[in-house]
Amino acid sequence: MGLLTGLKDSISRVTDRLFTDDQPKRIGIYGPPNAGKTTLANRIARDWTGDAVGTESHVPHETRRARRKEDVEIERDGQSVSIDIVDTPGVTTKVDYEEFTDEMEEDDAIRRSREATEGVAEAMHWLREDVDGVIYVLDSAEDPITQVNTMLIGIIESRDLPVLIFANKIDLDEASVKRIEDAFPQHKTVPLSAKEGQNMDEVYDNIAEYFG
Amino acid sequence: MPKATNPDDPNGDDGVQIDLISGERMDSLASTEKIRMILDGVHDGNIVILEEGLTPDEESKLIEMTMAEISPDAGFNGIEIETYPKSETKDSSLLGRLMGSNESAAKLTVIGPANQIETLHKDETLISALVSRN
Repeated sequence: MGLLTGLKDSISRVTDRLFTDDQPKRIGIYGPPNAGKTTLANRIARDWTGDAVGTESHVPHETRRARRKEDVEIERDGQSVSIDIVDTPGVTTKVDYEEFTDEMEEDDAIRRSREATEGVAEAMHWLREDVDGVIYVLDSAEDPITQVNTMLIGIIESRDLPVLIFANKIDLDEASVKRIEDAFPQHKTVPLSAKEGQNMDEVYDNIAEYFG
Repeated sequence: MPKATNPDDPNGDDGVQIDLISGERMDSLASTEKIRMILDGVHDGNIVILEEGLTPDEESKLIEMTMAEISPDAGFNGIEIETYPKSETKDSSLLGRLMGSNESAAKLTVIGPANQIETLHKDETLISALVSRN
């Protein structure tokens, strides 16, 4: 092996360490609207940093901007894993302001729908450019086989990003984790209730294993 | 505005136009041109059927561009879309596998304006769209 080759390998090892190992990985929390993404992001952030990420709501599109919580250190088995959590707006192919008019005035509903569309576009941009891994959150009480879910999982797979599927809301009577496992058998599915804090140990074990 | 398909109606305002676009035609277009063609059709109230669908990256950009064009004032609130899963066996030749062509995006895809598609249902062998004319 020549001197130049050895030097190149050394530089490569150093840059890998500088720009990969020591930097927290950015983990995007994706999924359809109202799957519980912000509730999960808040649960993780509160458990490990004491702070929340954003406001939770039953009204779709409460999260209309991608929000990042930096340097969340998760400790498992004596090891520490550092990640940035990116909570993203729920992805959809349509936004109708009339969906919000039961909850607010028309002007506010129109403003909310405009912000929601910008947020979804921003979430797609993050997915193509700026995340190192994905937590895909689904509501266990809903049918997971939708066009948006299928497309998003396909987009994530095409970018070779590590992905964990979180079957959220297992506290609901109608929840079916198996339905999600059957829909996306190629990926690990982790059941949880972010709202009630159920099964969070397994959640953190898997985050550390997949993204550490 | 939907276009007429009824030759007896010269005013052309009570039909729904369906565009079936061949894979060959799509192959000649750049990604942005494909998405522009789809969204122009959908803005006109048409149902667009793609013989070979889009790549995941193009689907991502379609969502992004759709979001940018949603306008409550103009009455456009997005798209409905359904596809069949991509074919895994389209080209199983060694050359095809080496070139990654069995990762083909080939999948029948139906896209239409969300405010005109009442329901878009898919099962294993059928995509069914119920379209309103206004």
